[in-house]
Amino acid sequence: MMPPVLELRGVSKSFPGVKALDDVSFAINKSEVVGLIGENGAGKSSLLKVLNGIYQPDRGEILVNGQAIRIVSPRLAFDSGIAMVFQEQSILPTLTVAENIFLGREEEFLRYGLISKARMNEAAAVELKKVRLACHPGTRCADLSFADRQMVEIAKALSLDSRIKGDVTILLDEPTSVVERKEVDLLFEIVRDLKQRASIVFISHRLEEVLDISDRVYVMRDGKVVKELGSGEATVKDLHQHMVGRQLHHEYYREARQAAPSSQVVLSCNGLCKEGAFSNISFPLHAGEIIGIAGVIGSGREDLARCLAGHSPADRGTLTVDGSVVRFGAPHEAARKGIGLVPSERKTEGQVSAFTVAENMTLAALPKYVASGILRFAAEHATAQEWIGRLKIKTPSTATMVGSLSGGNQQKVVLAKWRVAGVRVLILDHPTRGIDVGAKEDVYELVRDMTAEGMAVILLGDTLEEVIGLSNRILVMRDGEVTATFEAPPGGKPAQVDLIRHMV
Amino acid sequence: MDPGLRRDDGLMGDHDLIGRNRLKTAALNGGALAQWRKWAPLAVLLALCILISLFNGNFLTIGNFIRLLNSAAIPLVLCMGATFIILMGSIDLSVEGIVALTAVMVSLLVTNDISPYAIGLFAVPLAVIAGGVMGLLNGLLHVKLKTPSFMTTLGVGFAGVGIAMAVLGGDTVRISDQTFRFLSLGRPLGIPMAVWIAIASVAIAFIIQERTRLGRWLYAIGTDEMTARHAGIPIERTRILIFTVAGLFYGLGGVLSAAQFGQGHALISQGRLFTTITAVVVGGTALSGGVGSVLNSVIGVMIVVVLANGLVLMGVEPYVQQGVQGLLIIAAVALALDRSRLEVVK
Repeated sequence: MMPPVLELRGVSKSFPGVKALDDVSFAINKSEVVGLIGENGAGKSSLLKVLNGIYQPDRGEILVNGQAIRIVSPRLAFDSGIAMVFQEQSILPTLTVAENIFLGREEEFLRYGLISKARMNEAAAVELKKVRLACHPGTRCADLSFADRQMVEIAKALSLDSRIKGDVTILLDEPTSVVERKEVDLLFEIVRDLKQRASIVFISHRLEEVLDISDRVYVMRDGKVVKELGSGEATVKDLHQHMVGRQLHHEYYREARQAAPSSQVVLSCNGLCKEGAFSNISFPLHAGEIIGIAGVIGSGREDLARCLAGHSPADRGTLTVDGSVVRFGAPHEAARKGIGLVPSERKTEGQVSAFTVAENMTLAALPKYVASGILRFAAEHATAQEWIGRLKIKTPSTATMVGSLSGGNQQKVVLAKWRVAGVRVLILDHPTRGIDVGAKEDVYELVRDMTAEGMAVILLGDTLEEVIGLSNRILVMRDGEVTATFEAPPGGKPAQVDLIRHMV
Repeated sequence: MDPGLRRDDGLMGDHDLIGRNRLKTAALNGGALAQWRKWAPLAVLLALCILISLFNGNFLTIGNFIRLLNSAAIPLVLCMGATFIILMGSIDLSVEGIVALTAVMVSLLVTNDISPYAIGLFAVPLAVIAGGVMGLLNGLLHVKLKTPSFMTTLGVGFAGVGIAMAVLGGDTVRISDQTFRFLSLGRPLGIPMAVWIAIASVAIAFIIQERTRLGRWLYAIGTDEMTARHAGIPIERTRILIFTVAGLFYGLGGVLSAAQFGQGHALISQGRLFTTITAVVVGGTALSGGVGSVLNSVIGVMIVVVLANGLVLMGVEPYVQQGVQGLLIIAAVALALDRSRLEVVK
């Protein structure tokens, strides 16, 4: 029997505090389409990056046609017959279509050290024909539509197949997440076409599509491959089940402390719309309530969160805070109305790493610590001391640089910042991303403390489990719209499978 | 922010990167306004010419036109190097240092009143190469020590002026080599030799930009270094090479400066840095990298030179002229940049 075209054996990859890939084995046969699914953070992207030479595995081996190889760079991956289609990011808008397709591989068009644009455009036209994209290869990519750029990206991967002697594997990362139905059909046609010449790994959140196009499906969870299924024998429901896996841990999320919210509405959205991000969002948020928002990347939930926190105004609809209609032009206006955002990018957006604990905590409420234009360090220090105690932050002193604390303690400082500013609505965007399990529990405890004090929380959880475990109510978003609302009282939590059905 | 740092987190999705790329794309094809912006530098140049000729009939004469070209020659040569650096998203502040050093070097190597060498035109390639070596030094320090190009080139440039100063002890070398001075003063077909050299420089720079891998890669690096790296482009080597090429152009600029003034001294390049960066930016090359062209810089140089010439023709005091030029760069950047989508301005 022929060895698989591409095989992974026991590949592991760790990052500080997290095991991204744990003993992953994976094989693709010639002319096979293999689906790869899993929740955000399940390890799909890390796996792709290992295959593409961006990450080096800590353990395990990669085999191409039965030969073990080390992939140390994307270029080497390419030369070994592995091409990756990123969602869009490897298309440079300033270059032309042809220049993008052959970026880094211009040598075949060189004559006396000069690039022949005519020959390059000719060669690009051949690749464009494969994806049935009717544009001139000399067009600047900035002038193409989003979907067309995606096709250029695919054409770039396909250019491999006429340039490599051996077998070709193409990794498609979420190729359909941003394109229209019509283009999905075209893409599938192309993929079926490609099967003659190449093996394909197809990664998608849309499980129906995965089942539709794949011969076999791998399910990943927590950095491991948990299941391998023939697509004939699987249903979308099975895939959900395997993706989600474990049961809810009531204790973990402090469900016993989940109280019924008060009847007082602190914030409400009415028909909020933003072009290209979300539309027709309406919900009330009560004091002491946690509303979880579930959705995949591109569902519009991040945009909604940033809109509510004043980062970008909505196009239509109204936002009401404490009974009066507001329109925020900047985050500080939202903060003044008592709305704070704990962003997912803690290092770049949540904190100033080179500031001390005390300086970070008072950042959003600095005017309170100023007397006659001079900062009152004593008051600042006292406040910081108080919150370090209340939130059990492990820090040597109030004057320690935040960047030197552990992730969990950094996040607590960010939370303290908004508590100091006196916000009553806190939007938590992936509050437990990149922090260890113990610290996560601390954060959950703090969230419960906040709601007990009457604060309201909007939660964009790191995992579905987290959203379900913490929230009083869950909104599910897909393609910018709320597709379902679930009540999630303690003891009566909805199942993840039910949520996913409305997410994808 | 370094995208590399984010990626290594492992858990993070790639949506931020996509978002950023989308932003850049949107900024690039932002409709009619963006289309207009593309032609703004040329429009500014034409408007300036019309305005000045209304004030002074002498502006639109062949004699003045040649004078304009002559004063544009050295800035053009310098801008070819600087444009590459800026397209790559870096900055080069070593212009004056390299020009001063190479000008002093070349003036000491041709027939002069201080040193005995007098190797004639052989001094020219030596000085140009010396410029290249200084550029190489810029690139090596910048890439290997991972120091920002801003500080690296500021330091190298400062050192360059310092060396030139030390070599001459603050003196001036007087050049008596007439063949060498022909490089600036000779007039084949009635046009100064310096202009011919500048035109050749533009042509070479344009070919590098359009027809070589180096040119392609510097755009890729300037647009998104991470993507360029993933495409297998040797980032470090390209950066070093580009700084070296820029150094070669500055070296040529130094040679032309010495030939033009007939002397060499450490302060010969004073004011060149401002003119160079101004011209590149006024021409429409974005300081953020990836957008622009050496041809844009040709327009940029002409704008700066025409403005200076116009101010003289209009009888504006020399001291006021500098102030006006300072305001110009701000106005031009404001015109050329699409700021509506910028979230962070540094």
